[in-house]
Amino acid sequence: MAKVLMKGCEAIAEAAVRAGCRFFAGYPITPQNEIPEYFSKRMPEVGGAFVQGESEVASVNMVYGAAAGGTRAMTSSSSPGISLKSEGISYAAAARIPMVYVNVCRGGPGVGVIQPAQTDYLQATKASGNGGFRMRVFAPATVQEAVNMTYKAFDYADMDRNPVLILSDGVVGTMMEPVELPPMKSDDEIERIKESKKKISCIGHPLGERVWIKPGVWDTIMWENINKDAEKLYESWADQAEWESFMTDDAEVIVTGYGIAGRIARSAVEIARGQGLKVGLIRPKTVYPFPYKAYEMIDYSKVKAILDVEMSIPALFLEDVKAAVKERCPISTYLRSGGNLVSREEMVSRIKKLASR
Amino acid sequence: MELVYTRTKTLQEDKVSGFCPGCMHSTIIKLIGEVLEELDIVEKTTLITGIGCCGLHMDYVDYDEITAPHGRATAVATGLKRTNPDRIYYTIQGDGDFAAIGLGESISAANRGENITVIFVNNAIYGMTGGQMAPTTLLGMKATTAQNGRNAKEHGYPIHMCEVLNQLTAPVFLARCSCNNPQNLRKTKDAIKKAFINQIEGRGFSMVEIVTSCLTGWGLSPLEGLDYLEEKMFPEYPLGIVRDI
Repeated sequence: MAKVLMKGCEAIAEAAVRAGCRFFAGYPITPQNEIPEYFSKRMPEVGGAFVQGESEVASVNMVYGAAAGGTRAMTSSSSPGISLKSEGISYAAAARIPMVYVNVCRGGPGVGVIQPAQTDYLQATKASGNGGFRMRVFAPATVQEAVNMTYKAFDYADMDRNPVLILSDGVVGTMMEPVELPPMKSDDEIERIKESKKKISCIGHPLGERVWIKPGVWDTIMWENINKDAEKLYESWADQAEWESFMTDDAEVIVTGYGIAGRIARSAVEIARGQGLKVGLIRPKTVYPFPYKAYEMIDYSKVKAILDVEMSIPALFLEDVKAAVKERCPISTYLRSGGNLVSREEMVSRIKKLASR
Repeated sequence: MELVYTRTKTLQEDKVSGFCPGCMHSTIIKLIGEVLEELDIVEKTTLITGIGCCGLHMDYVDYDEITAPHGRATAVATGLKRTNPDRIYYTIQGDGDFAAIGLGESISAANRGENITVIFVNNAIYGMTGGQMAPTTLLGMKATTAQNGRNAKEHGYPIHMCEVLNQLTAPVFLARCSCNNPQNLRKTKDAIKKAFINQIEGRGFSMVEIVTSCLTGWGLSPLEGLDYLEEKMFPEYPLGIVRDI
């Protein structure tokens, strides 16, 4: 299929439409406004519904409702707006409602800056709401990856009956790249998906066959059992982590980063290799589940150092890298925040220093 | 012998009321159930419960239910109704849920003219959490967070949701009722019915406010509670149809 030139946010929205998403609610916040704008135009064309909510809180709860009604549904926001959505996300995780949402991350904390950042890593991977639930979290580094991950996210959400997060950033969200769009699901296919959820959707049922969506109960043992079922689901993802390993076999220095920082790191690794430096890259594509295996495959007898690159000060992704590396080699960091990008040149210079140790 | 009255089939069988003695919630559940049966829409209806004593409705009804986060019932109903327009969705929300934490969602859903039905139970206090001040608490009324009684200077005035929503263009039906005597009970049932018929006919947003007592929260006996409704609550919250277009 021919490639088209699309902006990240719009490509994400189109991928969702093609995956069968037929409800979107969102609230304006930079740098993700192109997502709701695109849906507002696109949804009526495909017989879906778009609502501009009165707040992020209302929007996520509209999606919680739409998804509970059997429709593939999505919301999006950027960092401070994602915090507001945490209420609905926690409810969806508790009640096992399959929704997809996108964080086009900007610099935090607080209202922070509208420029790109990776300062929501811990929120995204460890606690996107109260109550200790988990979600699959995908971290795209290109517009194409954002498209593929969004398309797939709806299948995962339905399969797990759990929310799925696309953790993007202001670079991937706002840059334009050529992308190959996934196939458009037919109306019949979308209807079949909805039909398959009929027995568990809030659409009305004969007395005695009620659907009862419970984000909470009165019975403590029942709730503990619900927690245990969820734990089983989360554990089943352990071997489904995805990552990119690049030239790690003989590497003396391994750069690691996710999303846009990981993409810039790959470019730095290529330059450093051109200069004869033995350097490789590990870029997680899923940040939950975290690809621990990628770091197990490293030959630590050869590695002098790992360089963690991320657009967050203090370092957050570093916590997972430390847990994966288990002190088998030193970890150095190269961090920028406040909406500033990590620089390829600076990475190369740091790789050189680490390689000469 | 002719059967003139039977328990609505919409309730879970053998379920015993866990509401406080004298509470009107069980009456409200019954009235809604009767209306759903009379309109023959039980099998296409989903209840969206708010948080608080209204949330307890889920334990009694036998039709579809989803619990919304506190205050968000009309947002959840919006998502459901927009994606399943041929199904029936109604919310049950207390004063804290509908008029405090969910005020934004309530006004916005009404302003969009969402084709849903809202049953708003106003007992002027937070019942489930133990009697805290609500936005509808009367001036002078004692609450655990306003122990000397609500005063206008510090807490502002009771909010009148029917009148607030009556400022908007979109809502088609706004009524304030009560369940304190058989006559009002009939009127409440008629209003609930009208609110569901509007939705069936795709006419838009309907809200029925039911002014009730919270005997536990108010610290009154059932009979004192009925007097309090007549003497204090109805003058502040006059009963009647506020809008019917």
